Amino acid sequence: MSPEMDLTCKEFVDFLMAYLDAELPEAQRSTFEGHMVDCPPCKVYLDTYRETVELGRGVCARDDDPLPEDVPDVLVAAILAARKG
Amino acid sequence: MATPLLPPDESKLLERLRQGEDGAFEELVRTHGGRMLSVAKRMLRNEDDAADAVQDAFLSAFRAIDRFEGGSRLGTWLHRIVVNAALMKLRTRRRKPEEPLDDLLPKFLDDGHLERPAQAWRKPADEALASEETRKLVLDRIAELPETYRTILLLRDVEDLDTEGTAKALEISTGAVKTRLHRARLALRELLDPYFRAEEV
Repeated sequence: MSPEMDLTCKEFVDFLMAYLDAELPEAQRSTFEGHMVDCPPCKVYLDTYRETVELGRGVCARDDDPLPEDVPDVLVAAILAARKG
Repeated sequence: MATPLLPPDESKLLERLRQGEDGAFEELVRTHGGRMLSVAKRMLRNEDDAADAVQDAFLSAFRAIDRFEGGSRLGTWLHRIVVNAALMKLRTRRRKPEEPLDDLLPKFLDDGHLERPAQAWRKPADEALASEETRKLVLDRIAELPETYRTILLLRDVEDLDTEGTAKALEISTGAVKTRLHRARLALRELLDPYFRAEEV
């Protein structure tokens, strides 16, 4: 994308991740942000993209999750037996 | 060997593992196996393959226990090992022809506008994630992605590997990781949209 040109919504979507990762050079960044001001649906698109990433990050049981699933006893036994070879 | 970076209980467990104490191995498996099994199931979507991957992971870990330097928690180390074990399994599975992702990507009009303008979602993600039902819904939608994209999204966003680590694990370039991750997220956004769109008034 060249800084002096307007972005289309398609280009906006193409550059979303680079924007969120702060990988756009300054001039392109301001073109990108300009589009967001002019095009409210694209701002909404960016918000829902960000939510998507957050939802993905949140589905995983974290270390502080108090109740991870139990390992079935049969698997524990198989692993311990395999160790003894 | 002292491993001062580990909390005392893990340090002690590591010591017992290195001495080959049977009970220590069982404790390690029972403490960390559940989480590792969840990771493997997410990646492999098959109970038997997931159990195999966890077994492979523990056997690798047992063999490497003398070389574990305690630079990270045991859980973090085992997480990396099970991710790799699951990737190995994915690689050895017979390759099915990949479904194309294009049908899942957002559609644009000829003038570059979105065919369907985005609509805000009802609830912020952190709030939505409080419900077990939502977490399951998201995992089920991730499972609908074609395998290449599902794997990248799982590694980067769910299992929290960085771009470099993902590229290395999959033997592709960091550029390819970024492109595919972005496309996977766009597709997942489309899949989640019907569930999260604010009610139309």
